[in-house]
Amino acid sequence: MDFSLNEVQMMLADSIEKFVSNDYDFESRQEYSGSETGYSEAVWQTFADLGWTSVPFSEDDGGFGGGPIDMMVVMERLGRGLIVEPYLANVVLAGGVLSRTANSAQKDRWLSAVIAGKLQATLAFVEPQARYDITNVTTSATSNGDSWTLNGSKGFVLNGGNADLLIVPARTSGDQVDSNGISLFGVDADAAGLSIRDYHTIDGQRAAEISLQDVQVVADQLIGGIGDGFAALDGALDDATLAVSAEAVGIMTALTEKTIEYAKSRVQFGVPISSFQALQHRMVEMYTACEQSRSLLMWAAMTVAEGSDESKRAVHSAKYQIGIAGKRVGEEAVQIHGGMGVTWELDVAHYFKRLTAITLMFGNADWHLDRLAD
Amino acid sequence: MNVTFTADDVAFRSEVRDYFENDFPQDILEKQRKEIPLEPEDLIRWHKNIFEKGWAAPNWPVEHGGAGWNSVQKYIFADEQARVNAPPYLPFGVSMVGPIIYTFGNEEQKRRFLPDILEFNTWWCQGYSEPGAGSDLASLKMRADLDGDHFIVNGTKTWTTLGQFADWIFCLVRTNSDVARRQEGISFLLVDMKQPGVSVKPIILLDGEHEVNEVHFENVRVPVENLVGEEGKGWTYGKVLLQHERTGIAGVAQSRYRLQRLRRRARGSIKGAVPLAEDRNFIRKVAAAEVELKALEYTELRTLASVASGKAPGPESSILKIAGTELRQAIDVLDVEAAAYYALPYVRDQYVLDFPKQQSIGSETDTNSSLVYFNDRKVSIFGGSNEIQKNIIAKHVLGL
Repeated sequence: MDFSLNEVQMMLADSIEKFVSNDYDFESRQEYSGSETGYSEAVWQTFADLGWTSVPFSEDDGGFGGGPIDMMVVMERLGRGLIVEPYLANVVLAGGVLSRTANSAQKDRWLSAVIAGKLQATLAFVEPQARYDITNVTTSATSNGDSWTLNGSKGFVLNGGNADLLIVPARTSGDQVDSNGISLFGVDADAAGLSIRDYHTIDGQRAAEISLQDVQVVADQLIGGIGDGFAALDGALDDATLAVSAEAVGIMTALTEKTIEYAKSRVQFGVPISSFQALQHRMVEMYTACEQSRSLLMWAAMTVAEGSDESKRAVHSAKYQIGIAGKRVGEEAVQIHGGMGVTWELDVAHYFKRLTAITLMFGNADWHLDRLAD
Repeated sequence: MNVTFTADDVAFRSEVRDYFENDFPQDILEKQRKEIPLEPEDLIRWHKNIFEKGWAAPNWPVEHGGAGWNSVQKYIFADEQARVNAPPYLPFGVSMVGPIIYTFGNEEQKRRFLPDILEFNTWWCQGYSEPGAGSDLASLKMRADLDGDHFIVNGTKTWTTLGQFADWIFCLVRTNSDVARRQEGISFLLVDMKQPGVSVKPIILLDGEHEVNEVHFENVRVPVENLVGEEGKGWTYGKVLLQHERTGIAGVAQSRYRLQRLRRRARGSIKGAVPLAEDRNFIRKVAAAEVELKALEYTELRTLASVASGKAPGPESSILKIAGTELRQAIDVLDVEAAAYYALPYVRDQYVLDFPKQQSIGSETDTNSSLVYFNDRKVSIFGGSNEIQKNIIAKHVLGL
């Protein structure tokens, strides 16, 4: 039993922290978020140059050979930095599917390019009717011998407007909610019949609604076997759930620290508001929620790293906790900041909004608790 | 970062399991399973039994007779102890006064008191709270006035758990009223309860049980050699003790086994009725409690790991007290909800070993669930109320 980071993990943590504190202040973040793509291409290239885009991939795939604990280290710090660059869509979601199930030619073509920062990618895992059920796939793929025809629509595709490559789960057999019969296709953004409606999200990021009308995909763009895409999809989404949980812990920690700092400096009735017990106890609850979340996150990351039978349960537990604690910490941070907390100007509101987005993604608290109750 | 157990850890676990399954008094485990109150003789007997095994003091240094376990071994021990429902250590001697004596006491005091604590020849109780000094402990009034080579002790201690069986009481007393800060005039004094002037009066708690007492001291003569450490430093010593008290207070293993029992019972069916586990509202509450438990477990492990790396259990151990007691109370409520109507009969007489099963009311320990719920309201109040714990975190961790 050991809770310490190894030397490599400490160096990774250190390099991201340095980048955030030297090169990624809140003003820059707002500027990147408001730009045409919603992120900075230069920053993204820096991520690739520093090797951060390669963390979860095996050395054979040209990666850093990291695991869930390394990813936890990365995501927590990206959370603290309130980073808008599309790390989740590229590395965790698209990369997660490609590394699990793509053949070597596909890896050479796509995964290597993602790692190098040269290809923008995403995974279109949501359908408008599906809520959190990733087996609920109505988008269809029909075979024409040496190609496939895709029809249907995908919702909330993170980084969808920027992506050169969209990985699209489509049904090749089975009922609407069958986990068997889902196949994964790599679709180029410029494919005929593909339309992409890009939009801003509440947390300063980008997503898109996508529709596919008789989109033709050649046979070697099928990723993995016909009808057995679910395992890779599910694995990548578990990775993503854990990743945003770590990001949330980073955000909650930042919000708690910022709230304490603010309460000590804000004077009302002639004293700092941090001297009021009503507020002190609430900040203690924020701190406790952070630490309890961190404990569950560590458990989940270690459990997944060890491939234990408990890992699914651990991921559900961590995300349930994030759903509850994230809401509480975010709302309390805003409340204790008073009027300042509800302004666009202050970073606190933007941390709160990102935290809110995380609580709604990859299953909310109720959804994860339901899995745990079974 | 990893959660793997070494081969040594696995071997240790089987040694502990073997002890509880074979050498530990099995009639006491049976009483525990049936939630039958333990008699004082039971408590003495099992403490002496575990002393023979060499495990009387998991947290003490080896030089004073401690078990010399690392944090993983302590975790494994607590887990196995709870797995068979074995009773927790009585904390007053081994967890509370013992560490104060070996940390701050002189050689004579260590020689005189520590062996009897380990062997459970002496039953200790705690004299901190007073009728006028609860959360505001520093306002305590019990006086110890020097008279030659004795202190003359006058005052009242309260909430004295199991004081009716105790031989000795460790007290925070005021030895000096002429100080700038109230905390400075407080000393740590060991008092023999079997002497004139000491009287113990029962306080009956809301569950109808005699668990705590008021202890009165009237001109009780206590030799100066019973003063631990320096005069006026008792407050500092007492705070150290409270931190020790808090690290063990999470009760992770007990809560784990209670939740497992609850799941097991909820899956069962009485006379063909729909199992409680099919009640979505109920089972979601169980699942939520399980997540709380896991969070608590890992927060405690992180604290233990930090202690193992040489740091003292810091004020953040207050989190364990708050979260651990809140979880315990939440499980109490779930047990009561599971019992439904059978949480209501107040039938203490059936909690004896030879009670005929066919005459027993409610299944298993249903009728005890409400009494546990009532009794456990104390856990968020004792050991520094949960609000005081929040004050401690606010001041010493968050710097507010």
